[in-house]
Amino acid sequence: MKKYVYTAVLLGLTWACSNNSQPAKQDSSAPVVEDNSLTSSTSASSTAYDSIKGAGKYTNVELSATLDQKMIAAGKTVYEVKCAACHKLTDEKLVGPGWKGVTKKKSAEWIMNFVSNTDEMIDKDPHAQAMLAVCMVRMPNQHLSDEETRDVFEFMRNNDSSK
Amino acid sequence: MRLCLIAVLLAAFASCKPRNEAGAITAGAAEKVYVAPGKYDEFYNFVSGGFNGQVSVYGIPSGRLLKIIPVFSVMPENGYGYSEETKPMLETSHGSLPWDDQHHLELSQKDGTPDGRWLFANANNTPRVARINLATFKTEEIIELPNSAGNHSSPFCTENTEYVVAGTRFSVPIGDNQDVPIADYKKSFNGTVSFIKIDSSNGRMSLAFQLLTPAINFDLSHAGKGKSHDWFFFSCYNVEQAHTLLEVNASQRDKDFIMAVNWKKAEEFIKNNKGTLKNSRYAHNVYDETTHSATSTIESKVLTLDPSQLKDFVYFIPCPKSPHGVDIDPTGEYIVGSGKLAALIPVFSFDKLMAAIEKKDFDGDYQGIPVVKYESALYGEVQKPGLGPLHTEFDGKGNAYTSFFVSSEVVKWSIKDLKVLDRKPTFYSVGHLCIPGGDTKHPFGKYLIAYNKITKDRYLPTGPELAQSAQLYDISGDKMELLLDFPTVGEPHYAQALPADLIKNNSVKYFKIEENKHPYVTKGEKEAKVVREGNKVHVYMTSIRSHFTPDNIEGVRVGDEVYFHVTNLEQDWDIPHGFAVKGAANAEILIMPGETSTLKWIPDAEGVFPIYCTDFCSALHQEMQGYVRVSKAGSNTPLKYGTNLPDSAVAKK
Repeated sequence: MKKYVYTAVLLGLTWACSNNSQPAKQDSSAPVVEDNSLTSSTSASSTAYDSIKGAGKYTNVELSATLDQKMIAAGKTVYEVKCAACHKLTDEKLVGPGWKGVTKKKSAEWIMNFVSNTDEMIDKDPHAQAMLAVCMVRMPNQHLSDEETRDVFEFMRNNDSSK
Repeated sequence: MRLCLIAVLLAAFASCKPRNEAGAITAGAAEKVYVAPGKYDEFYNFVSGGFNGQVSVYGIPSGRLLKIIPVFSVMPENGYGYSEETKPMLETSHGSLPWDDQHHLELSQKDGTPDGRWLFANANNTPRVARINLATFKTEEIIELPNSAGNHSSPFCTENTEYVVAGTRFSVPIGDNQDVPIADYKKSFNGTVSFIKIDSSNGRMSLAFQLLTPAINFDLSHAGKGKSHDWFFFSCYNVEQAHTLLEVNASQRDKDFIMAVNWKKAEEFIKNNKGTLKNSRYAHNVYDETTHSATSTIESKVLTLDPSQLKDFVYFIPCPKSPHGVDIDPTGEYIVGSGKLAALIPVFSFDKLMAAIEKKDFDGDYQGIPVVKYESALYGEVQKPGLGPLHTEFDGKGNAYTSFFVSSEVVKWSIKDLKVLDRKPTFYSVGHLCIPGGDTKHPFGKYLIAYNKITKDRYLPTGPELAQSAQLYDISGDKMELLLDFPTVGEPHYAQALPADLIKNNSVKYFKIEENKHPYVTKGEKEAKVVREGNKVHVYMTSIRSHFTPDNIEGVRVGDEVYFHVTNLEQDWDIPHGFAVKGAANAEILIMPGETSTLKWIPDAEGVFPIYCTDFCSALHQEMQGYVRVSKAGSNTPLKYGTNLPDSAVAKK
């Protein structure tokens, strides 16, 4: 019974855009049929919300001192298919904010959690909510795999390191 | 009990105008069908659409309509049959057909139990069988039946979905010379029964073989189960072989037939090359989920078996008065024939039938096919069950439930002692009925849904044409309890139901964009472009909340064939985008996340034509729009396209 109540609460929270608030489990078979049990989104626990790292599966992302060119290239491909429709690489806002400088303003964990756990972050994170008030379009969860999420972050890092 | 029967009969016959018996509902009924907002129903109910040619999906016990799946009829609201990708699904040997009449459904089975993989649907008018994928709720395959007319006794399947069958309601001339006088019916016409092989790995259908039969009408069918696994049973009427005024002329004899076919034996004949490969022509249409596109091919061969020549695998069992339903109980032992005009229900025993065949206990033959003696196959008769028995389903607890069209009621009876246990009125004139898993080896029971042909005073009047209706009964107790009436779309015939758990966790939420193999896919706005090839203009377009790329296009000319190939870049559930262009002579398209869909448009005038998203997608949905400039034929307006380009910029290809 308790579980049902919990599910109902989560449903209420995330209904506005999408019910799917957990990171994608990318299997190799198309099309996508992932577990939609909303209860697996466990970050709505009693622990205080971490506005530096955000909510989601990424709690500690190790970054190398030098940029990984292979990841950057892979991240660029993902960007072009799934992100570029709304985000420019400059600081100019299109549908969503431009990416220039984002890795300086936000932690790797925050960015990767926002990419992979979009709905919960929009519902909870003060900064994400402020951005929603500006953009007025909830960022879609584009269901990036763990690898893609990391690649896109490396691509963002590279975007911020170049002139 | 008897008084009750008389009362019901009186109610049905006292006047032509049915009376609304709302008093049958008890106080607790509302609670039993109430599914709170945000909660799921316990069962999916797949309901044939009859003359709308589609399949509708309801939740049980709420009776809420969840979806209409387009199958045999075009559906402008999502572009089925209008998009370039789905047009091939409606191809036949007669060309592209926009409509059919969809009567019966069967869920795929494993070991006699629904496995939630596929749903099969028949088309009556231009004989076809469709397969619907229950992960996507999309029609994935349609195969046409050659040498057939009025594919009514279809698409029932064997216990492990080895075969799905089809049969002729109308016998027709078959072969090289089909231009024959109708009066030569007995000489020149034949029926056929087709067995469609199902590939268990992917559901793909192929026409395995066809039985050439006497010119009688096949009405319904069901596969054996358990001990009768190897057999398939078909109800037959018009044994008189009438070709005019069948209402009278096909009701002359006391008994018609149930045809029993040993399909295992048919397989042996084929293995031993006893079949005859005949030329034929029929369409086979397959939708591919990775290209999001269908293809149509014309097949040319069919393997025929003639049971009047190849002995001992087809038998007739006499069955009173134009049998409609032929239903096999969960054990596979009892075969229930429902004579539309009979005042009793005969129940045949599979064991007795086998013994009679073994002993050649025949009453002669009918055009070369042995006729088993009625009494030799008969287990017993349900006496005075009601008027106009049509169909029977089972609850797995030894009970059968039969629908009665003429006396408007559902009657529960015990298979073992053939005694009537309960009867409840329907409002009005019930046709088919459905119990979840009610035609399988392991019925799920709990509910019974009756599909009524006449509703008259049940709902607010809507002019001369009224909704059909479904009625939900709780059958968990000794007596049936009417819980709910709900209107249905189209005209439901047979339906299937199964626990939601067998389907809902497999439901596809979106298609992965990386795996989209559509030849005109646009994977990201960077790839968006417009390409002219002669008078064909291909627009590689993307949609994402909330804009198209490109959304400004110039250089299109009057008379061009413009193909808008729209790829939905969204990768989340429940975010389709729509696409429409002013003046399009076809429809709109709805594009699911990760999918590519194509709308063809031939602009007929110069001007600037708006395009827009038709499926409310975000707070800025109303801004999801654009323009296509159309210049006169032969003009030199350069091809320009893009989204959010500076007014001076020209993207030229």
